[in-house]
Amino acid sequence: MKPVIDIHEIKKIYHVGEIEVNALRGVDLAVHTGDFVAIMGASGSGKSTLMNLIGCLDEPTSGQYFLDGVNVSALSRNEYADIRNQKIGFVFQGFNLLSRTTALENVELPLFYDRTHRIKDPKKAAEEALERVGLADRMDHVPNQLSGGQQQRVAIARALVNRPSILLADEPTGNLDSRTSVEVMSVFQELNAQGITIILVTHEHDISLYTSRIVEMRDGRIRNDGPVETRLSAGDILAQMKEEDECCN
Amino acid sequence: MLQLKNLLKAAFNSIMKNRMRSLLTSLGIIIGVSAVIVMVGIGSGSQKRIAQEISSFGNNMIMVFPSFSQRGGVSRGAGSFNRMTMDDVKAIREQATLVEYVSGIVMSGGQVIGNGNNWNTNIQGVEPDYLKIRVWKIKSGEFFDDRDVRSHKKVAVLGQTVAENLFGNMDPVGQKIRIRSVPFKVIGVLEKKGQDARGQDQDDIILAPSTTVLYRLKGDRYINMINASSYSIDTIDKAQQEVTEILRHQHKLDYGQENDFMVANQSSVTEMASATSRIMTMLLGAVAAVSLIVGGIGIMNIMLVSVTERTREIGIRMSVGARGSDILTQFLMEAVVLSLSGGIIGILLSAGIALILNTWTDIYTLIEPVIVILSVTFSGAVGIFFGFYPARKAAGLNPIEALRYE
Ligand SMILES: Nc1ncnc2c1ncn2[C@@H]1O[C@H](COP(=O)(O)OP(=O)(O)O)[C@@H](O)[C@H]1O
Ligand SMILES: [Mg+2]
Repeated sequence: MKPVIDIHEIKKIYHVGEIEVNALRGVDLAVHTGDFVAIMGASGSGKSTLMNLIGCLDEPTSGQYFLDGVNVSALSRNEYADIRNQKIGFVFQGFNLLSRTTALENVELPLFYDRTHRIKDPKKAAEEALERVGLADRMDHVPNQLSGGQQQRVAIARALVNRPSILLADEPTGNLDSRTSVEVMSVFQELNAQGITIILVTHEHDISLYTSRIVEMRDGRIRNDGPVETRLSAGDILAQMKEEDECCN
Repeated sequence: MLQLKNLLKAAFNSIMKNRMRSLLTSLGIIIGVSAVIVMVGIGSGSQKRIAQEISSFGNNMIMVFPSFSQRGGVSRGAGSFNRMTMDDVKAIREQATLVEYVSGIVMSGGQVIGNGNNWNTNIQGVEPDYLKIRVWKIKSGEFFDDRDVRSHKKVAVLGQTVAENLFGNMDPVGQKIRIRSVPFKVIGVLEKKGQDARGQDQDDIILAPSTTVLYRLKGDRYINMINASSYSIDTIDKAQQEVTEILRHQHKLDYGQENDFMVANQSSVTEMASATSRIMTMLLGAVAAVSLIVGGIGIMNIMLVSVTERTREIGIRMSVGARGSDILTQFLMEAVVLSLSGGIIGILLSAGIALILNTWTDIYTLIEPVIVILSVTFSGAVGIFFGFYPARKAAGLNPIEALRYE
């Protein structure tokens, strides 16, 4: 089977004044439909840079990137925007929700820029996406009325609303406490079980154990790439946590 | 292109979410538009008022005044200053084909006694045509006729102010008065005419036959003025020409000699007055338009600040699939909505100001629809023009840079 993401010798150089920063020094990566990949590595190793390239938020300096068999490197700025809209859902560490805008409106946002109009009822689709992440009762809340975990779930709902085939998440649990992190991971596991390809960046070993494959980066290169031996179920862990709460209170 | 409806909705949403900023942005336009409308309104109001006053003065009127003349380079002295006589009036009446009414005017003044009261007023000697020229009517009694003029009859028609001051509520018709101790019989009272353009009471006057005033009160042969009127406003210039020819012939002026009188007609006076007030209106409008442009720059300023402020928002929108052009349209739409709504509020404000001015002060403002349409169009254009630069700046941002922005 052809990989949904196919990256060859991707390099990315940032120019900061006179200095060149080699953020990616030649990365090869293939991700298949239904994969659940964790990208790990120290800070500054190039994880975010790689994610931004995969998410079509930025362009590589050199190398090739095939998404669904299409050579993305050859596309225009507008086509990049359309790919972000149609094929990819992005979840950021800092949530990146519009302030003073309700959860529902935030989730509707990608549909606003959907030129294909393949989703007939944007409001209903947004409501369904929020239901999927367990926020049916928070639709009219604005971000600062929601907890961090709830905000991140709104962001996940927004990433899902356009029914993308790939979900990208850059340190989605970075700003969350451990319990909320597990909650968010359980949402990801459910989505992955439904067939969505997920790539997430994390530097927490615990979190990577909820995925099925770990890619390790160092200094702009991939150093290690292998399956997760003993995969954790976020649902089970949550149930366990609940039990402990009940026993000790 | 996204649906216009959606874009408008997004613009409205964003404006409503930042009410204070939106109000401040629009303020420049609100002030600018209302300044333009009120200023131009005051201008065209006074323009209209002047035109009204001039037309209330009379109908297709031609005025002839005496003036100095020089013959052979030497002034002929004081005597030559006033050379118009009743014969000139007669000549115009008999020869002019384009003149409908004509009247000589003899001005005098002095103490009037009637009903035991004293009053100092203007006494004007005129002929029956005078009422037609001035579009004036008799309120009670009657006006004198040509026979009275020919016989230098001592009859008088009183203006409202004179009638009230001498006779109070009594009807003066049939009463005797003395003008500078010459007895006159009151045969009529004029309708009230009010103040003229310079604020003078036009009703403080007594009209008597021109010959009576000339020969019995003044003991003179020269008259002060001739008023005439043409059949229509279109022939007024030709009629003026005709009057000039007749008077030149009467005064035996040779070809090349200057007129010893001055002629003016109402339409040229109206034109002059309205030209002056038109320039005035334009000046006022220009000053106000500058404030509208300043308002536009205000919009640009705040839009620029808001692009910086909202860089993250732009990044978020781009990350979920907004194209540069979508961001451009959104920002442009916001600028246009802001400036247009500023324009509309400005119109309402100026309507309020105009109402206050018209009700509580002497200033008359006339708001013309053209100006309203023009200023709304202009404020929309200001929005597009000054919104474009910040909008393009926003559209050109790279999504990652925008998202990183703190
Ligand atoms: N926009 C940028 N301009 C300049 N240098 C950058 C930029 N983004 C990232 N870098 C540099 O590229 C390297 C990789 O960064 P990043 O991909 O953010 O690492 P990670 O996400 O693994 O912490 C770092 O050295 C970082 O300083
Ligand atoms: Mg990072």
